[in-house]
Amino acid sequence: MSLDRARARLEPPAADSIVPRRGRGTELILLMFAIGIATFAYINVDLGALGRVPPNALAYLGGLTAATGVAHVVIRIRAPYADPVILPIVVTLCGLGLAMIHRIDIARETTHATIQLTWMAVGVAMFVGVLIVVRDHRVLSRLPYLAGLAGLLLLVLPLLPVIGHSIRGARIWINVGPMTFQPGEAAKIILIIAFAAYLVQTRDALALAGRRILGIDLPRARDLGPILIVWVAALGILVVQNDLGPSVLLFGIFVLMIYVATERISWIILGLLLIVAGGLAANAVVSHVQTRVDFWLDPFIDPTGQIAQSLYGLAYGGLLGTGLGQGRPELTQISESDFIGSALGEELGLTGLISVILLYALLASRGLRAGLLLRDPFGKLLAAGLAAGFFLQVFIVLGGVTKLIPLTGLTTPFLSLGGSSLVMNWVLVALLIRLSDAARRPVPASSSSSPAADTAVTQVVRIR
Amino acid sequence: MSELTLTVIKLGFLAVLWLLILSVTSAMRADLFGVRPPKQPKPGREAREAARQTRQPRAGKGTPTKAVIVEGPDTGRSAALDGRPVTFGRGGDCTVPLADEYVSTQHARLRFHDNQWYVEDLGSTNGTYVGNQRLTRSTPVTARSRFRLGKTVVELRK
Repeated sequence: MSLDRARARLEPPAADSIVPRRGRGTELILLMFAIGIATFAYINVDLGALGRVPPNALAYLGGLTAATGVAHVVIRIRAPYADPVILPIVVTLCGLGLAMIHRIDIARETTHATIQLTWMAVGVAMFVGVLIVVRDHRVLSRLPYLAGLAGLLLLVLPLLPVIGHSIRGARIWINVGPMTFQPGEAAKIILIIAFAAYLVQTRDALALAGRRILGIDLPRARDLGPILIVWVAALGILVVQNDLGPSVLLFGIFVLMIYVATERISWIILGLLLIVAGGLAANAVVSHVQTRVDFWLDPFIDPTGQIAQSLYGLAYGGLLGTGLGQGRPELTQISESDFIGSALGEELGLTGLISVILLYALLASRGLRAGLLLRDPFGKLLAAGLAAGFFLQVFIVLGGVTKLIPLTGLTTPFLSLGGSSLVMNWVLVALLIRLSDAARRPVPASSSSSPAADTAVTQVVRIR
Repeated sequence: MSELTLTVIKLGFLAVLWLLILSVTSAMRADLFGVRPPKQPKPGREAREAARQTRQPRAGKGTPTKAVIVEGPDTGRSAALDGRPVTFGRGGDCTVPLADEYVSTQHARLRFHDNQWYVEDLGSTNGTYVGNQRLTRSTPVTARSRFRLGKTVVELRK
């Protein structure tokens, strides 16, 4: 009886008795706020660097408003219960990224910001497309092995002779007509979908079978197969493509998702051991990795001085930053892409950089929150995987830029210059919106109140 | 553009950025306090809500000053409510010792907190009830509220 009583006390407010607010009005207000910040940043850059208000500020404001307006209207129609804070956070991050790219454009006399703005439009189009085509996230779980195969194919695409293309030593690009594209970004999302679908089928075996040694539940040897395959695949990518980032990210996401699926800490321990083993092996064998570790330990032996410059920039920025347009972020190599974190840290200071990291954290937490609320295991895993992968990527790249961990080539989501990353992150956000809509949509009333629903085996749910 | 203006703009931008984060987090609070659906949500919850409404009429809202036993073997006895906790039970060390056989040695307690009296069950065998609801946690009570322990019914009065 006491157990029952304790349970009654602990029971959360019944999920189906409370409907979350739709929050479309909140979203609209926050979006206007976000667009305001983006335009403010853009004007501030010109004021700081050139001492004038940019002549096309109004056009910029109009363009941003049009793009986000379309996204907002589509959410209203296609995902009315979606989480109201996801889109505003994304628009803020995009705006900060655009302002910083524009700022580096001014210093280097390039026109990357225009390209990035075009890519953002493409990203919004993809966002709209995903929301319209994927009406229910559960259709994504239908073909786990095919999705896994497609993801791996995308990963090896850059290795093919004609279309493959290598930039700065990393062979992760393909030529599509006149443009280049990083298929790895698309592969990331497809592989997360495949992992989620696969783990839903196998998580019981992964969680329950096995022996217990030293308080840790060890999995059976044959259940180790998938994690070992992904590990080998990740190392393979690393060796042949000369790119550390995606392999660490891919393996990290997989380990985190296994952990979420099984709730067994042993998988995290195993994953960390495999990462350490793989890292040590790669450090010994692959020269590229060795250089990265050496530059991490001593940034000054790097001829390009990337990490040293990045640290100088961060120190120059200090607590409050130099102000937008008034630092020297162009001194750091590729500061418009991998090192945009340090460029932001220089001009916005620690205060600004922390706010950016918080925005990422809030976005990831909304993903996890959707995962908690969702009622189907595939959706739960997909939301957790997308959110964890997203935040892991931010950690890996910002950790590298601030010399916490060895630098690995990854983009900073939404901030970095780069079409494929921006577009694919918009797709990722579309999936998160779709998942949060499913999570917050109220349960049909019949299923909870009428006694007949308890006996019925299937439940017919209408999907708009 | 003077140095001072740029500094003000810089600080203003950081302030706005943090303001956005604050608005986002406050928007997230709405998730915790959702709105009730228009349709019948859950009969149990509604019934409990209704029971509390009838048991504690709005007119009687106010801080009670004494607890009067209105039913049971000890009918007529009362205890003053001056802010100190009041315990009910068959044990001699209770503030209000009861002769009711269906009452546990330490049965229930009235507790004053933040200008509000709460009744809570002390792990009794037969339970303490407000309306038809067995208490599982501290429950706020006001003047004219009643609660039942064993065969004894206690009413709070001004």
